[in-house]
Amino acid sequence: MHELAISSAIVETALRHAAGRRVTHVHLLVGHLRQVVPASLAFYWDVVTRETLCEGATLQQDLVPARLRCDACGWAWDVEELAFRCPACDGPRVTVLQGDELIVETIEVEVEDPCTA
Amino acid sequence: MHRVKVRVVEDALDANATIARANRDDFERAGVTVVNLMSAPGAGKTTLLERVLADGLGDLRVGVLEGDVQGSLDADRLARLHVPVVQLNTGEGFGGECHLDANMVRSALPALALDDLDLLIVENVGNLVCPAEFRIGEDARIMVSSVAEGDDKPLKYPLMFRACELVVVNKVDLLPHVDFDLPAFLHRLDAVHPGVAHLACSARTGEGVGAVREWLAALPERSRAPR
Repeated sequence: MHELAISSAIVETALRHAAGRRVTHVHLLVGHLRQVVPASLAFYWDVVTRETLCEGATLQQDLVPARLRCDACGWAWDVEELAFRCPACDGPRVTVLQGDELIVETIEVEVEDPCTA
Repeated sequence: MHRVKVRVVEDALDANATIARANRDDFERAGVTVVNLMSAPGAGKTTLLERVLADGLGDLRVGVLEGDVQGSLDADRLARLHVPVVQLNTGEGFGGECHLDANMVRSALPALALDDLDLLIVENVGNLVCPAEFRIGEDARIMVSSVAEGDDKPLKYPLMFRACELVVVNKVDLLPHVDFDLPAFLHRLDAVHPGVAHLACSARTGEGVGAVREWLAALPERSRAPR
C-alpha cells in the first residue's frame, strides 16, 4: 500500500517540474531500503497518472543497492538481509551511504517545435 | 513536437518534507514538543493514550491530534479525559489516505491552540507501512507493537521499526495466551534498529505504563537540549 502513496508523490514531483508540458518518461532511483515492490509501483503508477499530464508516461525504476558504514569503526558493507548492526564490531550506529533513495532523476517532456515558417 | 529530457534529481517526498519543516517551525515558535504515535490498527494506541493521560503528565499541558480514515470514535474516548483533542479525518480521495502527511497535519493546526500546549501527541492512522514515509514535523516517533501481532513484525516492517525512537510492546498481559517470544522479538528489533529504546506494557491492565508516561513526560526537556 505504500506504493500508492509513493506513486502519488512521484507524479506530483514530475508534474511540478514538467510545468504544464506532457510527460512521456520518468526515471526514478529507488533505494533497496525503501522496500518498494516494483510491480506494485508500476501498477499504481498507471492508476495515479490517469487524467494527468503524466498519463501514458513510462516509469523507469532503477534499484540502488543498500550500503552502510559503521559510525564506530568505519567498516562499510552491502546490506542484503535486514541486519543493521556492524558485522565487524557489532556497533549499533550506522550511516546509510546509499540505498534510501526515492529520487526522481529525470523526466522527459514534450516540447512544441519552434515555428520555422 | 519533440521530447526533451529535464534533469530533476529531487526526492519524491521533498514537498512533504518542506511542509513538515514549516510545521516544525510553528511548533518551535509555540514551544510545543510533538510526538508522532504510530502502529498497526488495533495495537492499542488509543487505550495507551487513555492510560497515559488519565492522571495527566505532571505539569505538561498535553493535546492530541487524532488521525483516522473516518469517524471520531477515538477522539470521543480521549475527550472524556478533558484533554484538548482535534480530529483529523483522511477520508477524502482514494478511499481515504492510510497515513497522515505533513499537509494534513498543517490543515489541522488552526484548530489547535499550540500556544497553550507543551506536548502534542499525534495519533497516526493505524498502518505499519505508509506513516513511516511521511514526516509531519515531529520531534519524536513512537511505535506501538502488540504481542497479538506476532514476534516477526520487525523483520516484516523494518521501515516502520527503523523510523521510530521508541518501540512500545503492548498487551503483555496476553503473553500467556499467544505464541509471542519476547526475547526473539527484541533480537529481531535490534537487528533492524540496533539500540532503539523499547518498553513493554499492558495498556489494559496498566502494567509498565508508568515507564511510557515517564518517557513522554521527559521528552520536552530532551527535545530542547542541544543536539
